[in-house]
Parts: sequence; C-alpha cells; structure tokens
Amino acid sequence: MRKAVLFNIQKFSVHDGPGIRTTIFFKGCPLACQWCHNPESQSYQAEILIDRDRCTQCGECEKHCSQQAVWQKNHQLFYDAEKCNACEMCIDYCCNNAREIAGKEYTVQDVMQEIHKDKPFYEQSGGGVTLSGGEVMIQIDFIEELVKACKEQGITVAIDTCGYAPSDNFLRIIKYVDVFLYDIKLMDSGEHEHYTGRDNALILENLKLLSNHDAVIQLRLPLIEGINTKNEQIQDIIDFIADLNIHSINLLPYHHMGQGKYKKLNCPLPVLERPTDLRLEEIRSMFKQANYKVQIGG
Amino acid sequence: MEQRGMNERIRKLRNQSLTVEPHLSIERARLVTEAYEKHLGKVETPILRALTFQHIMENKTLCINDGELIVGEKGEQPQYAPSFPELCCHTEEDLEVMDQRDKIFFKVDEAAKKLQREKIIPFWEDRSMRKNILAQMSAEWVDCYESGIFTEFMEQRGPGHTVADGKMYTKGFLDSKAEIQEQIKSLDFLEDSQAYEKKNQLEAMALCCDAIVIYGKRYAQYAKDMAQNETDPNKKADLLEIAANCQVVPAHKPETFAQAIQMYWFVHIGVTTEINPWDALSPGRLDQHLYPFYKKGIEDGTLTREKAKELLQCLWVKFNNQPAPPKVGITLKESSTYTDFANLNTGGVKDDGSDGVNEVSYLILETMDEMRLLQPSSNVQISKKSPHNFIKKACEISRKGWGQPAFYNTEAIVEELLRAGKNIVDARQGGSSGCVETGAFGKEAYILTGYFNLPKILELTLNNGFDPIGKKQLGLKTGYGEDFKTYEDLFKAFKKQLHYFINVKVTGNHIIEHLYAKHMPVPFLSIITSGCIASGKDYNAGGALYNTNYIQGVGIGTLTDCLSAIKYNVFDQKRFTIKELLKALEDDFIGHDTIHNLVANRTPKYGNDDDYADDIMVEGFNAFHNEVVGRKTRKGGVYGIDMLPTTCHVYFGSVMGASPNGRKAYKPLSEGISPEKGADRKGPTAVIKSASKMDHIKTGGTLLNQKFTPSVVTGDQGLENMVSLVRTYFNLDGHHIQFNVIDSKTLLDAQKRPEDYKDLIVRVAGYSDHFHNLSKELQDEIIERTEQGFH
Repeated sequence: MRKAVLFNIQKFSVHDGPGIRTTIFFKGCPLACQWCHNPESQSYQAEILIDRDRCTQCGECEKHCSQQAVWQKNHQLFYDAEKCNACEMCIDYCCNNAREIAGKEYTVQDVMQEIHKDKPFYEQSGGGVTLSGGEVMIQIDFIEELVKACKEQGITVAIDTCGYAPSDNFLRIIKYVDVFLYDIKLMDSGEHEHYTGRDNALILENLKLLSNHDAVIQLRLPLIEGINTKNEQIQDIIDFIADLNIHSINLLPYHHMGQGKYKKLNCPLPVLERPTDLRLEEIRSMFKQANYKVQIGG
Repeated sequence: MEQRGMNERIRKLRNQSLTVEPHLSIERARLVTEAYEKHLGKVETPILRALTFQHIMENKTLCINDGELIVGEKGEQPQYAPSFPELCCHTEEDLEVMDQRDKIFFKVDEAAKKLQREKIIPFWEDRSMRKNILAQMSAEWVDCYESGIFTEFMEQRGPGHTVADGKMYTKGFLDSKAEIQEQIKSLDFLEDSQAYEKKNQLEAMALCCDAIVIYGKRYAQYAKDMAQNETDPNKKADLLEIAANCQVVPAHKPETFAQAIQMYWFVHIGVTTEINPWDALSPGRLDQHLYPFYKKGIEDGTLTREKAKELLQCLWVKFNNQPAPPKVGITLKESSTYTDFANLNTGGVKDDGSDGVNEVSYLILETMDEMRLLQPSSNVQISKKSPHNFIKKACEISRKGWGQPAFYNTEAIVEELLRAGKNIVDARQGGSSGCVETGAFGKEAYILTGYFNLPKILELTLNNGFDPIGKKQLGLKTGYGEDFKTYEDLFKAFKKQLHYFINVKVTGNHIIEHLYAKHMPVPFLSIITSGCIASGKDYNAGGALYNTNYIQGVGIGTLTDCLSAIKYNVFDQKRFTIKELLKALEDDFIGHDTIHNLVANRTPKYGNDDDYADDIMVEGFNAFHNEVVGRKTRKGGVYGIDMLPTTCHVYFGSVMGASPNGRKAYKPLSEGISPEKGADRKGPTAVIKSASKMDHIKTGGTLLNQKFTPSVVTGDQGLENMVSLVRTYFNLDGHHIQFNVIDSKTLLDAQKRPEDYKDLIVRVAGYSDHFHNLSKELQDEIIERTEQGFH
C-alpha cells in the first residue's frame, strides 16, 4: 500500500482556492525557503514539536519513549528525530501539553476518507480539496492516485506547488487538476538559489509547460520586504508571464505566524519583514496595470 | 453611538426601554387576589379564571409612553413585571432577594412589600400551584429535583410558551365570541356527558372575549382623553390614530398594518397577563401575517415602507419593555435571564410550500439590525427555497456578533412536525419557538416540562446509583464502576438508570398536568388556540388540536466525551482502570495529571467528525430518545425530546463532581448539542458534521452554537462561507445554528483567562484554530490583526 506522510489536514480552509476546502499538507520539500511559515513541512519524516515554554522537564516523555529518542541532560531537553518512531507515547503522557507531532502516515484510502467527510461543504460552497505542503509534486505516485480518486468522486482539486519537480510529474496529473496555485518567488536564479536552496530554471520551465497545456494557474507571490519587493523584480515577473496563460495573482505578504513553530523545532528564527501596506498596494497596481486579476491575501 | 437608522421617536422609546430598571409590579397580584376573594367557591374554576382575567383587564393601569404608536404594557409602565401569586407566591425573603441580587434583579418598592406581606401572602401561601405541586410530588421526585437530575418548568410558571398563528388577523374577538356562543348552543346535554364542563369552559372563553374587548376600548378612550389635552399637533394626531386603532382591534379584525400589530400586541398582553405561560407568547410567522396589510397599505397609498418599519420598531420596543416575570430558586438557575423567549420565525415557507420570504421579512431583518434588542428573539427560518439574498442579509447581521438572528431549518421543522403527526399545512405554518422547540403555531400545546441532566445519570451509574455530591442514594443499585467488565455492561446500566429517572420525571409530570387542567385553565389562551373552542376543552386540559410534552436533554456533548473516555482509555487502550479513574474524579483530578491529560487531550471527542466519539453520541442520544419519545401524556398527546439548555447546563454542572472527560467538578456541562468546551479542535465543518450525525428529525429541536472572531467571516467571501456553513448544516438536516462573533477585547480577555474561552475559534492564516491552543506569540499577532481589521 502506497503511503505518504502528512503533517496536517486542515478543514474549513478558505484561502487556498474557491469555496470551503480541505487542505492536505504533505511533508517534505526540496526547497528550504528562508521565509517558510511551515518549517515542519520541510523534512520528509514525522517529527515532534516541543513547546519549551510549557515543558516542566517532568521526565514523563523520557520514561515512556521506547526508542530512547527523548532524554534530558543538565536541565536540557534533547530529541533525536532519527530515532523517533512517531508512536506518540511521549505526547500521551505529557501533562503540560508541550508536545505535538507533525507527520503521520496515510494511505490514499485514508486521505480519501478524510476528504470525503467534508464533501457536503464542497458541494454547497463550490469548494474542494487543496493539496499543499511541503511539496506535493515530488510524491507523484501517491498524488496521481489521489487526484484520480478525487476526480472519480467529482471532487475538485487544487494543487499548491513550488514548481520544483520533474516536468513529467506535472504531465501525469494535469488533466485531473482544476487549478494550480503556483508559487513564484524570484526571477533571478542566483537570488532564488540563495534564498531557497535551489535555482529556478525547472520552476519556470514547469510554469510554461502548465500554461501550454491550458492548465488554470493562480500565481502566488510570497512577498518579503527587501528580498523580492523591488519594482524591477516585480517587473521581471510581469515580463516573464506576459506570454503565459495566468488566471489570477495572489500577493502573500510575509507574516510571523510560523515563528512559534521554529521555536518548537529548535530552529533559529528567520529575521524577515512584511512589506508595508503602501508597498503592497504599489505592487498590486503594477499587476493591475498589466491587466491581471490580483488580490492581496489568499 | 452608532445611529443605525432609527428616528427620534424610536430612539427615545428604545432608550427608555433600555434604561429603566426592572421592577416588580404588584398590581396584578392585588387584582387577582381581589377577584379570588370575591368569586372563589361561588363559581366553577374556568369561570373563576375568566372573571379574574376580566377584573384585571378592566382595572389594570393603562400606559401610553411618549411617542409610542403601539400600546399596552404588562405592568404599569415599561420594565414593570407582574407576579403570579396563584402560581408562585413569593415570600418576603424572595422579594428581598430579587431586589438585591446582582443579576436578573427586580426592584421592589415598600408599598409592594407591604401589600405582599399583608394581603398576597396570607391569601396565597397555601393556595399557590407551586405549593400544591411540591406537596403532591413523591419523595423520589423531590430528591431528584433537589439533586439536579431534572428541573420542573411548571413549578412556578404555567404551561404555555406558545405561538400564535394567523387567526387573529382575520377574526376579531367579537367574531370569536359569536363562534363560542354557537358552540354553546350546539352542546348536547342529553348525550354528551362532558356537556356541563364544556359549557363552563366555553362561557369562560366568552367572558375573556369581553375582557380583551373592554381592555381595547379603555385604551381607545384613554388615548382620546390624552389627545384632548395634547397641544403638540403631531402628538395629538398620533394619539387619535391610537384611539382609532383601538376602536377596531381587538373587537374586530384589523384593517391596516398598524391595527394588525396592535391586535397582536393586545393578544400578547392578554395571554401573558392571564397567567405566566412560561413567560411568553410569540407572534411566530409575523412576516407572513403582516404582509397582506403591508401590501394593501402600500398599494392604496396609506402606508410607506418607512412607516411600516417605524411601527415594527415600536413593536420591538414593546417586547423589550417586558422582562420575564421574576423567578426564584432552581427555576431562576435553569433560566437565568430577563428574556421571555418571544420568538420570531422570519422567512420559511407558505402554507402551499412556496417560498415565504416577502418584503416584510426584509423589514424585520432591518428592524432587528437597527434595534439590537435582547427581545424579541428575532430569528430566521431558512428553507431550500429561501433566496440567497435573504440568508446572506441574515448572515450579515449575525456576524455583527450579538447572536441574532439564529437560523432555523424549515425543511427539518416541517419533517419533525410531520413525523409527530401534524398535517402538511399545519407543519408548514409552524416553526420554532422559545429557544428552538418545534410546534404547530396556534394549534398545539407543546409544553416543555423540564431539563434532564444526562451526564449526572452517568455519574450515578458509576456510583451504584449513589450521588457522590448530594450524598444520597438516588438511583437503582446497578453496580459500581469497577463491577462493569465491559463497556457494554456499563452502558446497559446507564440505560437502566435512565429508564428509572425518566419514570420519576414523567410520573411527576402526569400529576402536574392534572393539577393545571383542574386548577389553572387558561380560557383566553384557549380562544386563540385552534381546537379548544371546537372541543369545548381548555388549552391546559388537552383542548388544542395537537398536544405534546417535551423533556429537554442537557449535556449530550459532556456525556459523549465521558463515555468515550471510559471506552477508549479503560476498555480499548487499557491505559488505566475504572477504579483509578473514579479515584481521579473523587480528587477532582488533583494529583492525577496523567489521567487528566489522557482523558482531556488524548481521547476521541464529539465535535471532530470522528466516528469513534460520534457513534457514542448517537448511542447516547438514541437511549434518551427511545426512553422518552412516544410516552403518552395525560392530555392525549405524546412525549418528545428537545436538546437545548437555556442556562441549565451551568446549573446542572454545578451539581456534579469531576467527570471522566476531564471536566473539573462543578463546571458547566456542554450546552445544546454543541461539543464540550475545547473538545472540538477541527473547526466548524467538523462540528457541523458531528452534530448532524444526531437524527434531528426525531427531536422537537436541537441547539448548536458556533463562535468565531470577526475575521473568520469578514468580507464578502466570509459572508458566503457563513451562508455555506448554514446551508450545509441544513442540507444535513440540522435544526438550528447560531453564531457568536468575537472582537479583540474579548480576545485579550481570553488570553488572560483561557479556561473561560476554551471554545473560541479564531482565524489564523487561511485556516482556523482554537485560540487557547495557539502560542502566546500567535495570540498576540491575532489580537493585533483583529484590532487593525487586517486579515
């Protein structure tokens, strides 16, 4: 049975495509964007998030861990994700509610069962399923099976992607997908590599490919002050998409919502800024002038 | 202050309604006592009640507030609530308490206290229904009542709480009187052994027709007299208009929009003065009833849209001027509010099944929005046929965050009524009243008889029928927690206990029904309730076309999570024994952190669209349903169930120790069919799915609450999402849903006292979460964002 690791199934999701949706978050991403607001999505394995402010070092987690993946030393809490088998016993016995798990294995059938639960809402609101991550397009065998099953059940599918996956993967599922929510971050390949860990050649190529196949594409631009908000950077994007078939554009200003999760993963906090409302408005009007349907927010 | 489109007249009236302190009015008690002193023992009881009603209507103080266009008050002036010593004779101490208490107080002046002491108490203390009822109840009943197993609605309020239909808009009380007299003439004293009782009853109704007509005439004269002394020409014209309207109604059928409203209001005053019919009468499908008058007025140029709205706003003020009569003791705890549950059902369908939304429906929505008053409870009935605009407009008002309108599902209501034996037309003209209870408006006596504490039954089941809080053996000896070898054994014992306690409750109900039928007929209410004239029987004796008694189940969410906690942890996962759990409950979980964490946070719970818990909910619900529904009442009707709490979940929680789901001792239970606070962690769609697994159609109404921050439902898209949530819930046969939308001030408070806000849902980033589950940083960010209105 084919399995994938998910880190969240978000119901009543209303900013990731039309209507009331269920967003399925897949774990594992080929990029490592500095502004990522779901840092727990990057690794492919299940991992435990620890709220160190709530932890009283009572030792219950260590006592119940059969894998020796948790231990304390000198009033410090250690966790080895490699050893962890995600049994959740440490969470069961954490009386301070300081631990949570990101990552659980699902079969396609399991996911379909969860999706199916919210079908009455899709039918009423024109919503459906959004597959997000992490990066979904690199788990293509699972995704292909899942989107086919959705199509068979008449459930519409949106795919939220960074575009960094083999082109063939896109071709395999394009006919089952109703809309692609496609991230564009930076046009300069060097900058792209600097901020995300990968260059953007494949990403831009796949965007062209989807456009050529008449896929419905909503571009999503995460906007981080000073990194990708300059006029010329925006103009480069507008120039690039001029020949493409783009349905609409969402400007997604950076927010600090992910900071708590960085702390829980014991990762250093990114120091980044949200563009000002004025700047966002200027960027919005640039796209508007180029005749795009554009909005700030999801 | 926000202006909201009220004119000066309405603003003044509204202000008066909101600023006058609630008072006890002693006038009615005095008049009732005078009438009883004069007639008691000399006439049959229905006649006695009718003469009493007449004495009140002939003598009660008239009141025309400055600027108002609709007249009539229950007391001498706005916010003066009458008492009903024949039902509940307040002691001197009661009066002190209601005068002094912080919440739901009523100021009592010295003259009232004196009258109560010297006249009311000596006459009524041994004659009141309350005294009578409590004297007739068994020792078991009294134990259960005092321990919080159930409450009793008729202990200090009469049956009623009913809804008018459209008859009064096509028939004046002189017409009704003629009909009654015809009925008296047709009585067959040779063959009908009940003819004499029927004659008494019908004559009582005829006397009540006279009484309400006299009341109208008195107002006509009073307004005319005031007009004569009035120098302001506008005010003079208003008073003459009032006088003209009161010349027509209630004696004759109304001819204009204003007269139709005045007709309803006279009837409202009549019904709620005759007795305390569980606080109120409701106009029900007001938009349907008023529309013909509206249409006629607009067409012949005698009415404008603005004038119609002003008249509706005058009516709203009248409702809000009447606090529910003072309550004491357990009844105050179960219904701790000034609201008297007058309820509108705007929208729905017409008697032919077509869409019922009309221009008056929209006027009512605007009125509720502009007035923002606690009363009347302005709710909407949404059918599949309701226009998108209508539901959207209702959502737009609802998201402003003060809880109105709530949403009722027309198709569910109709199906519930059909299942309970109503014909299709009566079902379509029916709706929900009070909180959510379904009835055939104007044709049914559907009596709420009391709340029933479902989680308490489990507490007793785990303790061999012994109440660990009251320290009394209340239930059957079905074994202790550790005696149950399987979950099924436990549930079987729960059902046995349930059967026993419902028997105790219904046995008491039978006696109380009998007492009301015998001692407290309501001939005036009987006139406006279809079936009573035709059968010559009183509303309280089964005269209505349909008769139903309800028992209201409270705490299904708590019960489900408790059963789930035991099943999952003790029997399935074997994480601890039932004995260990009971020890933890006894200690209120102090020193049992591990068990508390497992049951509170690591156990399947109702409200997450998780079949493990939801199947248990269905099983618990069915047990309650099967125990109650279909039992016969003494009036020839049957029992039904509602799943609603008013404020009783707080009281019922206060009589219980800690519970297996992690709830601490004395804390409130879950309300309505909403999940236990903080148990639902997957957002509103999951709550709706879980709640819809209950078979709502088998009930007489259920209540579901949802809370949001404003940003969840902001913008047009937010509004559309709200519409979709309501529509989907109703597609799944949900009966009722209401929304609370919360601002940043509340969020700040929630941050300080998270234990009080466990069910608060907030928008995070494209999704929602429970506020208390978020990190401090995230909470701060959300508060900031809410204040900025950015989303």
